[in-house]
Amino acid sequence: MFHDADAILLARIQFGFTISFHFIFPAFTIGLASFLAVLEALWLKTGRALYLDIYKYWLKIFAVVFAMGVVSGIVMSYQFGTNWAVFSDRAGPVIGPLMAYEVLTAFFLEAGFLGVMLFGMRKVGKSLHFFATLMVAVGTFISAFWILSVNSWMQTPAGYAMNPQGQFVPADGWIPIIFNPSFPYRLVHTVIAAYLTTALVVGAVGAWHLLKDAKQEHARKMFSMAMWMAALVAPVQVLVGDQHGLNTLEHQPAKIMAMEGHYQSHPDGAPLILFGIPDDDAQRMNHAIEIPRLGSLILKHDLDAPLAGLDTIAPENRPPAEVVFWTFRIMVGLGVLMLALGVWSLIARWAGKLYDWRWLKRFALLMGPSGFIAVIAGWMTTEVGRQPFTVYGLLRTAESASPLAAPAVGASLIAFVVVYFAVFGMGSWYLLKLMSRAPQPHEPEPANAPAHAAGITPAPAMAGGAKTEGAHG
Amino acid sequence: MVDLTLTNIWAGILAFAVFMYVVMDGFDLGIGVMFRAFPVGKERDTAMNSIAPVWDGNETWLVLGGGGLMAAFPLAYSVIMSALYAPLIAMLLGLVFRGVAFEFRWRDPAHRAFWDLAFSGGSLVAALMQGIMLGALLQGVHVDGRAYGGGWWDWLTPFSLLTGASVVVGYGLLGACWLNWKTEGETQQHARRLMRIFAPLTLAALAAVSAATPFLGNEYFDRWFSMPRVLFTAQVPLVIAILTWRFVRSLRRNYDLAPFVLTLAVFGLSFVGLGISMYPYLVPNSITLEMAAAPASSQAFMLVGASVLVPLILAYTAWSYWVFRGKVAHEGYH
Repeated sequence: MFHDADAILLARIQFGFTISFHFIFPAFTIGLASFLAVLEALWLKTGRALYLDIYKYWLKIFAVVFAMGVVSGIVMSYQFGTNWAVFSDRAGPVIGPLMAYEVLTAFFLEAGFLGVMLFGMRKVGKSLHFFATLMVAVGTFISAFWILSVNSWMQTPAGYAMNPQGQFVPADGWIPIIFNPSFPYRLVHTVIAAYLTTALVVGAVGAWHLLKDAKQEHARKMFSMAMWMAALVAPVQVLVGDQHGLNTLEHQPAKIMAMEGHYQSHPDGAPLILFGIPDDDAQRMNHAIEIPRLGSLILKHDLDAPLAGLDTIAPENRPPAEVVFWTFRIMVGLGVLMLALGVWSLIARWAGKLYDWRWLKRFALLMGPSGFIAVIAGWMTTEVGRQPFTVYGLLRTAESASPLAAPAVGASLIAFVVVYFAVFGMGSWYLLKLMSRAPQPHEPEPANAPAHAAGITPAPAMAGGAKTEGAHG
Repeated sequence: MVDLTLTNIWAGILAFAVFMYVVMDGFDLGIGVMFRAFPVGKERDTAMNSIAPVWDGNETWLVLGGGGLMAAFPLAYSVIMSALYAPLIAMLLGLVFRGVAFEFRWRDPAHRAFWDLAFSGGSLVAALMQGIMLGALLQGVHVDGRAYGGGWWDWLTPFSLLTGASVVVGYGLLGACWLNWKTEGETQQHARRLMRIFAPLTLAALAAVSAATPFLGNEYFDRWFSMPRVLFTAQVPLVIAILTWRFVRSLRRNYDLAPFVLTLAVFGLSFVGLGISMYPYLVPNSITLEMAAAPASSQAFMLVGASVLVPLILAYTAWSYWVFRGKVAHEGYH
């Protein structure tokens, strides 16, 4: 039962499914919380109601996304034990404390101030409310810090020793564990990805409303802010991604080989394979379209540098290139398009036509969901690329699982798939509904939900504002 | 009897986290359990809104319970999560439905009835499963080496169903007491009627679980009734009796806050009782705290943070409750 390959495959699918779904929400809330903090700061600084309207508009969206992030996140904190019991037992002493710190420093902070952020605008003063927004934004970042430290440690384990029970235990303090070799790169790359993802959504919503009415003041502001973000951050992300790749080459060369589709070693200069059909069984790339020696130039900064391929890796340690090759290309391809959007918007801005060029707005609209796709593709690249290990090079995935029976995992997998698609599908529909309406002057607050705007106040916080809210509710 | 070792301190912190979860999400889930007893419209909205600003924080204690168990007692985490696989996943899915309903029911008036059902159904499933997991753990799980060695339906017994039902009615009582405190008018009257239903049910459940537990084996009988322990443990039922008498009195006099506080005290005592039954085991008869403990360096590292952060968390959580203090208003009261 313990080595039941089907059960392990199902457990992997289940974990991959629940975490990919979950990851979508924080990828959005990390950026959105910071965006909200910036908007509220601008409102406090300038006093312009425009910023407050946009703030309240996105706050409603934030509330829905955050709720989905919370409930899918609780699942994650237990999936380690339900699916990966051996991993939890053996790696728990090292990664457990980091996750505990995530709960203590981030989750409570976000949750503790979220109530005030959503419902407390009239209950506490302006600056205290801004403080609450700031705490939620800071909380989302701290959360990313810890969980990416955990993930990075699993990719590039450091600072550990083994005890007689076979557990990983800290060897010399916590700094080498927390700041393990891939952590700084992964943290910067992922947080920037979250900011870009949010900017692309905000930009798409702005573009949608500008396509209908190019004079809409709120949409203009949103679109302009988002395009600045794309123009400034997308190039930075390309550079950071390159550095992250070099770090991976140093610590997880097999992952890079799979990403690049290098089944064979190239002793004098490796090509850059643009496209091809990878075949893991035959360990060869079919129909490859490649640029000679560019691979060595990118990875080694030298045209003639030798580059090892998967043929240097023991067969049982090879990651599945068929997946990683493609997910990596999706991520990079979308990154290039984001860069193009940023540049295009700069040209339009320089020409004074930012709000007028319809094709730019259409492109921005089309790019709305691209951040999510890129984030998931990147996530799959890094996670599938480190197979067949959970703790890289040290603990195999097949040895990490709970004593699972395939029917139990299969049944729960089906339950997760059905519930997640139904619930989060509805949630996404509600988000689109919220976004389809342009922000208005005197934008109502989140609690002022459509059906109970007149008459009933949703929380004590709203008591003072009920009369004014009722007027346009 | 209990030394102040790192391991015991962490057992205390986790017990505290679980207790915070049980009482705080207890009243949240309890409101969900009885949600459909309230008429559609103003009363349901008020019940929901009384917890809307705090439910997320309340649920975070559950994450601390899970994450903290993994960090401080990884072996117990891995064994217990495997043993309780089915009820745990059912609980998580229940929490998904009930959590999103807080937002979704406002966003989609056309499907309000569906999300109300998701809210109450999800709460009911989550509460029932939490009780079942408690019972399944108390009755003991089969451990094989460093892993769970039992079957997939081991958790399902008459005893675990009893604890499941007990937690449902207990949460129901907490929820009714919370609404009695936080609402007024018809909703409060409604809550008072529900308190009169849930209070005797909770007491009966408590009595039944207490009576059954010592006979589950696992040395529970000795822990409760051997000398000199019995001199202390015999006080627990006595205190419960006193609290019950005070509760009935506060109900007669229509107090707002007192029933809630007294119910919390009963939950606290039950929790102490559980501690007496379990200590020093995390998994009865197989895994002690010491056996499951992470190395001292892991526990010490976390303790440094926890000793600063937990008081801080309690402070801003209290502040958040303070911001939303008082009765949940209908328009016109304020």
